[in-house]
Amino acid sequence: MSSQAPVVKRRIGDLVFSNLAIGSGVAILVILAAVAIFLFAESVPAFLSEQDAAPDGFFAYVAPFLFGTVLASIIALLIATPLAIGIALYISHFAPRRLSQALGYSIDLLAAIPSVVYGLWGMLVLAPFLNPSYLWLNENFGWIPFFEGPVSATGRTMMTVGIVLAIMILPIMAALIREIFLQTPRLHEEAALALGATRWEVIKMAVLPFGKAGIISSAMLGLGRALGETMAVALVLSGSGVITFALLTSTNPNTIAANIALQFPESSGTYTSLLIATGLVLFAITMAINMLARWVISRRSEFSGAN
Amino acid sequence: MSMRIELSSLNVYYGSFLAVEDINMVIEPNSITAFIGPSGCGKSTLIRTLNRMHEVIPGAYVKGNLTMNGEDIYSPSVDPVKVRRQVGMVFQRPNPFPTMTIKENVLSGYRLNNNKMSKSDADALAEKALKGANLWNEVKDRLDRPGSSLSGGQQQRLCIARAIAVEPEVILMDEPTSALDPISTAAIEDLAIELKEKFTVVIVTHNMQQASRISDMTAFFTIADTGLPGKLIEYDRTDNIFSNPKEKQTEDYVSGRFG
Repeated sequence: MSSQAPVVKRRIGDLVFSNLAIGSGVAILVILAAVAIFLFAESVPAFLSEQDAAPDGFFAYVAPFLFGTVLASIIALLIATPLAIGIALYISHFAPRRLSQALGYSIDLLAAIPSVVYGLWGMLVLAPFLNPSYLWLNENFGWIPFFEGPVSATGRTMMTVGIVLAIMILPIMAALIREIFLQTPRLHEEAALALGATRWEVIKMAVLPFGKAGIISSAMLGLGRALGETMAVALVLSGSGVITFALLTSTNPNTIAANIALQFPESSGTYTSLLIATGLVLFAITMAINMLARWVISRRSEFSGAN
Repeated sequence: MSMRIELSSLNVYYGSFLAVEDINMVIEPNSITAFIGPSGCGKSTLIRTLNRMHEVIPGAYVKGNLTMNGEDIYSPSVDPVKVRRQVGMVFQRPNPFPTMTIKENVLSGYRLNNNKMSKSDADALAEKALKGANLWNEVKDRLDRPGSSLSGGQQQRLCIARAIAVEPEVILMDEPTSALDPISTAAIEDLAIELKEKFTVVIVTHNMQQASRISDMTAFFTIADTGLPGKLIEYDRTDNIFSNPKEKQTEDYVSGRFG
């Protein structure tokens, strides 16, 4: 018996591709580290400087923007997720083949619209269009804190921002979820059918459980986009540093990203650092949400059907 | 309960393509009927017409008559969902729901009909069905594990448990052992023989020994050529088909001289 390790034949193709793969993997870490280091390094002066950019402290400054960011994104996600699942189900399981193809293309088209266009549209078309319904909501459901008055005269409110963001993240979510639904194993759908399941019951028994992890992932992708969206929010909302749950008034908290975009051009010194520090907060929140999503998915990986 | 199935002048189409032509046969209750024949002869298509599962494919339809205990299951007033609740089916590859536990899998069909069910009733039903599928002893301590944690043969018996939990009258098995090892296959075969006490069992198989071991009646199907419809060549008691077939084609096939 030979004690020598077997000689591995080095093939040039294997070598090239393995190095390419390693290189790509390392690149993502390097980029991530570079951005994180930039954020840390540039935001340090905001905390150390003598001259105070935020008189009441950093957290008092960032809190309303953080609140606004999360609120707008949650509204967007609450609206977009059920809609995206519905669209994906219709395309993958209900629509006639030709129609489903056409619908698939138009969703991709929706995804191709730049966010500044969504912002303009939200400001000029959607806001005035929605305003009467805001008035109605306030009249009839004003006792719910979300719909408190006084209602904005322009319709450029937190609610409108949430809806614009929902429309923006809808295409990518619908497209991803549709892909996932199409991958439901035929065997599982047939198992349900053979048990005497109706179409809806097949979806409940086989399609939705199978797609659950994917639905969560795509919701997180959508949420990530909503959290970081700048232009659309900046155009629709004239926000300020307030914390309020009232969605229909003209006093609204701004989001972190929009605040940076609006303030940055005229900022200098420690104020610039302060703005970058808010960017760091956004970065941390987005990462935390993504990790949370991973954890939710892995918790029931035994039941995912991947094994 | 068990049902007598009668097929007369049954033609099965996929769009304009005639897949199975002019089938006339009677499947007796409390028996095992095996469908044998070369690939593409329409035996899987035919077994799927017995619970209207072939309709899942767009454009598929049947002409002719198919009755169960005298009731036409293709009458316009009959809901295919109702048919499938009376006719259970087991597939070629084990297909327990991966997102459900073993117990949830067994109860999944039952829950379609009755959402409300006490925990003790659910436990009793799961135990009864798993015992009926000869799986209880192997899984009784891990009912809350995923169905996909079982071996292939166990998964297939889990699928049988799921099918019999709703107390159907007919059990269809479409090549249930073709993805299993010989020991698991033997377990399924023993189970099939037990199942015919209660159900009408129809099984599609490529394994002729299997057909001769377990079935009471055997139907031999073949096609003359690709693109032509599958036909029922001979349908008789299993011992006749294998030892004394009337048709030359049957004899060639069962003795391995086919083609």
